[in-house]
Amino acid sequence: MRLAVLETEKCVGCQSCMFACARRQGGVGVSKSCIAVRSIGGMERGFTVIVCRACEDPPCAKVCPTRALEVRKEGGVKLLMDRCIGCGYCRDACLIGAIQWDTYLNKPMICIHCGYCVKYCPHGVLGMQKKGATYAGT
Amino acid sequence: MLAHDPLMKVLYVDLSRRTFEIRHRPELFESYLGGVGAGIKLLEEECPAGCDPLGADNPIVFAVGPLTALFPLASKTVAVFKSPHTGNLGESHCGGRSAVAIRLAGYGAIVIRGKSEMPVYLSIEGDKVTFRDASSIWGLRMDSTGRVIREREKGAGFRTIMRIGRAGERLVSYASVATETYRHFGRLGLGAVFGSKKLKAIVITGRGEVPVSNLKEYRALYDEIYDQAVSSPVMKKYHDLGTAENVIPLQRFGGLPTRNLLEARFEHAEGISGENFAEHYLGRRLACSHCPVGCIHIAALREPYEDEPYFYKTSMISYDYEPIFALGSMLGIGDAAGFLRLMDRVEAWGMDAMSTGVILAWATEAQEKGLISERETLGLRFTWGDPLPYIEACRLIVEQPNDFYRTLAHGVEEAGRIYGNLEGALAYGKNEMPGYHTGPGSHLGYLIGLRHSHLDSAGYSVDQKTLTERKVEPEELVEMLIAEEEWRQVLSSLVVCFFARGIYLPEIVKRSLALCGYVWDEGAIKGIGREVYREKYRFKVREGFDIERERLPGRIFTTPSPVQSFDEIYMRRAVKHWREVMGRGV
Repeated sequence: MRLAVLETEKCVGCQSCMFACARRQGGVGVSKSCIAVRSIGGMERGFTVIVCRACEDPPCAKVCPTRALEVRKEGGVKLLMDRCIGCGYCRDACLIGAIQWDTYLNKPMICIHCGYCVKYCPHGVLGMQKKGATYAGT
Repeated sequence: MLAHDPLMKVLYVDLSRRTFEIRHRPELFESYLGGVGAGIKLLEEECPAGCDPLGADNPIVFAVGPLTALFPLASKTVAVFKSPHTGNLGESHCGGRSAVAIRLAGYGAIVIRGKSEMPVYLSIEGDKVTFRDASSIWGLRMDSTGRVIREREKGAGFRTIMRIGRAGERLVSYASVATETYRHFGRLGLGAVFGSKKLKAIVITGRGEVPVSNLKEYRALYDEIYDQAVSSPVMKKYHDLGTAENVIPLQRFGGLPTRNLLEARFEHAEGISGENFAEHYLGRRLACSHCPVGCIHIAALREPYEDEPYFYKTSMISYDYEPIFALGSMLGIGDAAGFLRLMDRVEAWGMDAMSTGVILAWATEAQEKGLISERETLGLRFTWGDPLPYIEACRLIVEQPNDFYRTLAHGVEEAGRIYGNLEGALAYGKNEMPGYHTGPGSHLGYLIGLRHSHLDSAGYSVDQKTLTERKVEPEELVEMLIAEEEWRQVLSSLVVCFFARGIYLPEIVKRSLALCGYVWDEGAIKGIGREVYREKYRFKVREGFDIERERLPGRIFTTPSPVQSFDEIYMRRAVKHWREVMGRGV
């Protein structure tokens, strides 16, 4: 199963998902969040939800010079921390900007599709889908 | 407070010298939590007695609290300053992304001192503060100012952009500061204080972390609060229709101030009801950071250009109960589109919608009575229900081309004293009244409330819940209002949105504070509310406040109240008792 953004237009911008992602990892705040919500040029125009969409053939893994990103069978990638050299190629390769950066560790932060944030989305913007399902939203 | 909690850090910015420093003030946040508690102490330290609210000496204090960024709905920033509108304590609360951004930027409070020579805006990110020349955006409307800064600065999604419009620059004493386009430090003129300092905007970016004492317990309590926020009936009205839901119940109750409170029922209330807005205009709903409720309702207004066929503009305009009362029923405007057009202008100029509406309602009545003529209004004929002259009047209040509009730019109290119709100048402590004429509880709440606002003590709620059941003597009423206002000092020190007051009951407050390292029992928590309330009162007395000299607008006694009738004698008895209670603690 993978995390999917089902209906961006229903996002109210509360960012509960961001806090949830950090909380699951033991943090309080948003610095560890692998999902990001921001307005698309002002609140009046609504929001964009930026998170790994588990592409079929992920460019982030393809450009990694140390093979630190392992493509998961269920979708998405797994970061092998000890192989990562913090070069940032993966971040540049992701067109939607879904690779967040841990400035303290100098390592990427990538969604692992655990679905914890889905429980904290009050309006069903986020959901879990089977690999290969067509996105309803972005 | 937990060790290393960045809450203890206070950022001091000096606009005159263009310097800043960070000080650790654990004692302040240990004793007063944060928000208004820490804020009033900082104001006492920073604001010299008797200072000019528009002078360099008047500080601006922004404070958040221990629960900010930890728990849902703890998303308000408290601003304290000396108000240019009342000449006394200014306290205004704002949501948006402001509170979370300040907390995660690593601060419990930010103090702005001094005055810039030229227009500036501040950019704060972590321990970096940048002073930027704002000359090229001076004079811009509130929303355009936000747009320019949004595009220029980094940190989308993690920041707040506080800004003023032209009203703040022109020192309209009830100018507001907006954040994220639709949330405001609305009341008591923080916008004019920004303007006096040539401070056009502040952008604060925060993406840090805060500590918690026990992660497992924290997650469990978080879920408890979150579940209540999304499923409890006490929150339902805020996310469905929003605060505009109040229009119809207040209309039925007979407590909806209409046409400058000449009446308390409005025959066109349906048109400006939450139901009508939702059905025909609601275009989007928004939330403050870390609040799943999403009470912010935005209307989409599509208007044709009259001079050019096939050209339309679609504006996204926020609506809430208080602006609807002030710019709707109070002006006899029952047409949703008319209200939205006026609201849009008020937002663009950056004026407090509530004060603006109450002032224009006074002016309409004064013109009807012949106290002012078109010589004063510069040709405008105010007519109940017609938004166009009001829209033009907003521009004139901002530009202040003559004595009349200069007076209106300073509030209804001054207008009533100069031009007459003082009984219809609906202000308490010089602050224009909110939208409830529900009985003695509401009006007494405005009078004794230390912000002269409905959010002090919810007197309207006492009217609707208790006074409909039985008669209440003034002394008992005073004590009920004080108890509520004291508790609200706790909520606004944490800082929790008042809409969540049904969730953050003393027991939940106790447990959430414990996870932030405050091992306080309910007695201690309530004690801090009592103390902060009195600190605020002491500040007000220091600045010349005397409840006995406060004016009660005559209109409130002549327009029938839906619950028990009350008169000046009733109110004076209440005031006497309030003074006695307060005297004991000062």
